[in-house]
Amino acid sequence: MKKEQVPQDKGSLSERNLNELCYAIDENGNYTTVQSSGWEVKSVALDESMSLIQERIEQTKKEIAEGKLSPIAYFMELNKMDLPLLASYVGIYRWFVKRHLNPKQFKKLSSRTLKKYADAFDVSIEELQNFKPY
Amino acid sequence: MQINFKHKQSAHCENGVVSNLMYHNGIQVSEPLVFGIGAGLFFTYLPFLKVNFAPGFSYRPMPGFIFRRFANQLGIKVVHKKFSSVQEAQKTLDEKLQQGIPVGLQVGVYNLTYFPDEYRFHFNAHNLVVFGKEGNEYSISDPVMETTTTLTEKELEKVRFAKGALAPKGHLYYLESIPTEYDWERAIRKGIQKTCNDMLAPVPIIGVNAIRWVARNIRKWPKSIGVKKTNHYLGQLIRMQEEIGTGGGGFRFIYAAFLEESSRILNNPRLKELSNEMTEIGDEWRDFALNISRVYKNRNDNDNVYEKLSDQLMKIAEREKRFYKELKKSI
Repeated sequence: MKKEQVPQDKGSLSERNLNELCYAIDENGNYTTVQSSGWEVKSVALDESMSLIQERIEQTKKEIAEGKLSPIAYFMELNKMDLPLLASYVGIYRWFVKRHLNPKQFKKLSSRTLKKYADAFDVSIEELQNFKPY
Repeated sequence: MQINFKHKQSAHCENGVVSNLMYHNGIQVSEPLVFGIGAGLFFTYLPFLKVNFAPGFSYRPMPGFIFRRFANQLGIKVVHKKFSSVQEAQKTLDEKLQQGIPVGLQVGVYNLTYFPDEYRFHFNAHNLVVFGKEGNEYSISDPVMETTTTLTEKELEKVRFAKGALAPKGHLYYLESIPTEYDWERAIRKGIQKTCNDMLAPVPIIGVNAIRWVARNIRKWPKSIGVKKTNHYLGQLIRMQEEIGTGGGGFRFIYAAFLEESSRILNNPRLKELSNEMTEIGDEWRDFALNISRVYKNRNDNDNVYEKLSDQLMKIAEREKRFYKELKKSI
């Protein structure tokens, strides 16, 4: 990649005035570093990944409204977590966390357990309990 | 309390932290040199390990390997510490800062407040340096950022004790002693040998063989898992290759810069030629990423496009194979 070929497209980094460093060749054929504001190719891949997460969140909201899942599922998706990761954040066995995704089990949770989840998601217990998908 | 620490931006966090810490100790060593001596160029394909709902692709070795190899090669003594207690972790950090020692930390990216949302995912092997503390705010030198920044005690605690794969557990490190003499030539040769051996390893999940395996799978994916998932997998491949930290082309350009620098240090003109070859290989990788993004945009369901991508990646693999064989001979 030549210095002038380093892409300078608009990306989510440049919006926050963050430029990343790239290695490229200068006019004498030697390596140098150039800042890049972003590359469209990467933005496309990133957008796809983001829309996938959004899709999963929407799907989860739908299932919560249908009474199939508890609010924990929503906050888990919102925080880009999966079950094992959430389990390690709250310090509860995976198998139990899976049970807590069930709305019936969720209603029975003690305030101590709820607090663990609320802390992991950085929300209050009320926000967690009173979550309305729509 | 602030340590006079010179922040320099780098492409990749691990090399950057090492390069900056070395500079603080009076030794000037560039990011590419750290990367090359630490044998940072790599490729691995782990189809059974799912990351972000896609198979694991990586263009680099396990986090921490580059630093450890670099330190071992040159006889630099590094102290590593992990903690089970949050208080203990902070106390040790504060003590070291009091002694005027800048401290490297392994952290999780998800709660790094200065990153844009899109980049905040659960990846636990980011590196940064803490070089001061005022009240309850730490001064942070994150090598992928242009300037230094700050994090509060609470924010730092969160990222140091992120959970999940490769959980940092408060991991901190600092240079205990550095040697008075450096055998750069030997270290460079060893680093290059290691890279060649890794990339030519006779196992399917590592190096050139792994690239070929991915290429073969690209051909199969549209039929076995559908177009949507295939595109997601390919998107993940682009992200691993081009995202912040690789310096472009899946680290190939940093490596080419390393070969160029090595050619000067070893006084070996052949390495400069190979540096040019590596640059061209890096360009091919970028071209490959560009073609993937075109498949995305055109929503072209024609199987033919995947065949073409597969062929392109196979060509890159063959070219790299020849390259590492040549490289091995040249030192």
